[in-house]
Parts: sequence; C-alpha cells; structure tokens
Amino acid sequence: MTRHYSALSLFKEGIAGQTGWVKAWRSPDPKPRYDAIIIGGGGHGLATAYYLAKNHGVTNVALLEKGWIGGGNTGRNTTVVRSNYFYPESAAIYGLAHSLYKTLSKDLNYNVMFSARGILTLAHSEAAMETAARSVNAIQVNGIDCELFSVEDVRRVVPIYNFSPNARFPVYGGTWQPSGGTARHDAVAWGYARAASRLGVDIIQNCEITDFIIEGGRCRGVVTSRGAIRAERTGMAVAGHSSVLAAKAGFRLPVNSYALQACVSEPVKPIIDTVVISPDTGVYVSQSDKGELVIGGALDRIPSYGQRGNLPVLEGVIAGMLEMFPIFGQLKMMRQWAGIVDVVPDSSPIIGESPLPGLFLNCGWGTGGFKAIPAGGTLLAHLLATGRHHDISRPFDLDRFARGRLIDEAAGSGIAH
Amino acid sequence: MQLFPCPFCGPREESEFHYGGEAGNLRPDGDVTAERWAGYLHMRDNPKGPTREIWVHMTCGEFFAMSRDSVNHKVSGSSALGEAEHGA
Repeated sequence: MTRHYSALSLFKEGIAGQTGWVKAWRSPDPKPRYDAIIIGGGGHGLATAYYLAKNHGVTNVALLEKGWIGGGNTGRNTTVVRSNYFYPESAAIYGLAHSLYKTLSKDLNYNVMFSARGILTLAHSEAAMETAARSVNAIQVNGIDCELFSVEDVRRVVPIYNFSPNARFPVYGGTWQPSGGTARHDAVAWGYARAASRLGVDIIQNCEITDFIIEGGRCRGVVTSRGAIRAERTGMAVAGHSSVLAAKAGFRLPVNSYALQACVSEPVKPIIDTVVISPDTGVYVSQSDKGELVIGGALDRIPSYGQRGNLPVLEGVIAGMLEMFPIFGQLKMMRQWAGIVDVVPDSSPIIGESPLPGLFLNCGWGTGGFKAIPAGGTLLAHLLATGRHHDISRPFDLDRFARGRLIDEAAGSGIAH
Repeated sequence: MQLFPCPFCGPREESEFHYGGEAGNLRPDGDVTAERWAGYLHMRDNPKGPTREIWVHMTCGEFFAMSRDSVNHKVSGSSALGEAEHGA
C-alpha cells in the first residue's frame, strides 16, 4: 500500500499499475463522543483539525462538513496569498499564514502549488501614490516585504497593461509584495484533509449541524443529521454561514453575508506571471497553471446567501479588466461563480471563544479567508486545545466590538470589504 | 438586472439602490452598556431566507423598507418607513 507521495512512489505505482494507492482520507461513521468537534470542512476547519493533531497531539477529533470538503468558499475563491497589511496585528496573523504556506507542500506531503509570483497593487493617481508610499512604509515596519513601484517598474512586471496616454486608469506606480502569490485551492483542502486523517482525525462529510447541545450554560456538542455528537470543546469555521450557526447557539455576530463573484477565461498561453490588483477598477487578475485568467472583483452590495452573483457587478468587473488589459478583449469567459463571505465592520477576522462557553469561533475573514487558512487553523487549534488565546489571535476576539478596539483594515490597507 | 420596487418611483434597476441595514435595529435610549451599544452598532441577525431591510433609492433619495429573501433574492414587497423601522 502506498501512502507517501513522492517521485519514487509515483514510479513504483506506475510499474505496479496504480493498484496500491490508499484513499487520501478515511470516511468513518461518527462516534458519539470526541475530545473536540470542528464544524466546517473548508480550508480553515481542515487546517484546524491538522494543527490540533500535529501541534497539540489532540487526535480524537471529529470534523463535520454538511456537504463535501472544500465545496464552499475554499472551492470558490481566487487563490491569492499575500500578507501586505497595514496594522501590526494583521501583519502578525497574515504573516503567520504566509510563512506556513511557504512550506505547506512539504509539511503536508501534498503539493499545494504555492507560487510566490508577486502581487502588484496599482496606483492610478498622484494621491494614490502618496497613499501607496505610506502603506509600503507601514508594511515594511511590520516586517513584511513590500516595495514602492514606479511606472517603469510596473512596465517591467506587467508589460501588457494599458499604458496608452488615453488610458482611463493611467498607472503612476504601485506597491509590490514579491513573496505574495497563489496556491491551488482544492489542494490546500485535500492536503490538510489527508494529513489530518492520517493523524487520526475523523472527517465526516454530509453531516449537517441542526442544533447545539447546551447544558449548564455550556456547549457540550452538536446535534447533526447523523445523530448527536458530544465534545467539551467545539470550534466553528463556517464562513458564509457563521450567522446561521450563531443563531442556533443563541447569539449574534457582527457579520453581514454578501456574494463575492469571480470568473475564469478559457485557457491561454502564459501571458501574465504575477497577480495584478487595481483598487480603482475594482479588478484583480492572475493566471492559473492551466492557463485560465482568474478574475475577481468587488462585492455584490446586496446581502445574500444565494451563492450566485448579479449581472451589474460582473459587467463592471469585465469592463474594468478590459480597460486595464485591452489585449484580453477577444478572450471567452468560461465560468462564473460566487461565494458567500462574512463581512465584518472592520474587515478583520473574529477568532476566540463565543458568547456560548465551549464554542469557539473562526469567522469574519471577509473576502480574504483563503490566504489566512494556515493561520486560522493554527489559532483555532490553539484555542480548542488550551482554551486560551494565542498571542496572535487575542486582538481578534469578539470582545473588540464592545471595547471599541477595532482593527480597521478597510481604512488601513484600503481593502474594500 | 433585477428590478427593485421603490414605493415612490415604482420598479427600478437594482444598481439605483443602496442597502441601508436591517429593519427594526432601533437606537437604544439613555444610559446603555458597552455591550448593548455594540449590539446596536455592529451585531446583526443576518438571516438566511426571508428578511426585512432598509434600502435607499439613490435617484429619488428616499429610504424605505423592503421585504426580500436572502437566498433566492425574490422581493415580496416594499413600503415607506413606518414606526417599526425607525421607532418614531
């Protein structure tokens, strides 16, 4: 039986007719009791399961997913990984995620195809260049690699941009994070699932939470479509449905749900080897390893759980992309989709114990959850194992909204949501 | 393009409207705790399914209440703001 993935095992299985591979993860029936329960089989939930087992030795863990793993926002994002944030708290959390991404393929023995191809955020006016300079200074002080780019630098990295003198969005420069990039979204989910399962975690799919077991004012487990499952500590990482589960547990969250849509073109030869973001057109573009252009845009400003985008926003995204890259005018778009994101007033995540003791939160990542998966998993695992905050997650506790200590990245790093 | 019913102008394109917030989130009076104030400012029901919301029709500038489903996006009605929405 072949468990370890390597060039040698690929060769051996090739000789043996591919008959010895074992399933990447087990699919056991749920037991009535575990040491910890994780709700949500997306990247954050699976990473939590893996780090609980690996960092804390807690392996009697159930991961419950209502559909199939990686089938929610993990399968609906645009795969960008970066850590160029304004506030030190954010730099710590996204920096942790970024550093774990760099070695993730080796850690998990699964190729997550992390590619540090650089991320360019464009500035389209002199005022935007001044903001960019301030931003680069803050990011450098936070210990994150970031450079201020001139027009010549942008021309060197993205020669296909619309540099015409008549361009609606002329380039004045930008900010550049050379170590940012992309990773393969499905591989991140599958890699964590396989590694967690090998360490003993039970990954249980098609298992929807219908209620929480609340006894003596504490969360003692969950009622699911496959029976009651008990544990003294439960974590939830269910972006897109955080408010729905919170309502079942008897509290509210500072979350609004919106659809964020994206689309991909037909595959073409390599044309753009970095990630380009334009805050003014609200568009960002990268090219997948298959050759498709992966294009994202702004939120649909209509609260929604619909997992589908609306036409006006898609039209705006396509128009913006064509203004930036007229060369893409003949491309055919292949797929369009939307994921439901947790939008929080300060555009920063919520990590910590919920108002229901024994239930721990990892939610509110807004449009940036994918890049944070290794950190979200590490920090929720720390909470579930110890009952206490990691130093990095403490500022992101739900109590910041009553204390007024918001971490306002919407204003700080200029992300729109 | 979805059409939203402005109670004053009739059905208009969705891009003319802006979401204002959940209906019935009334500002607390008097000396309130930080938690209660945070609840008013930040905490939301964010329901999946039928919901009642405040919207503004940007072209006429009027705020109004709209009943909508947050999953299938069907609009079941809209009305001028009443007591339930702003506590007047």
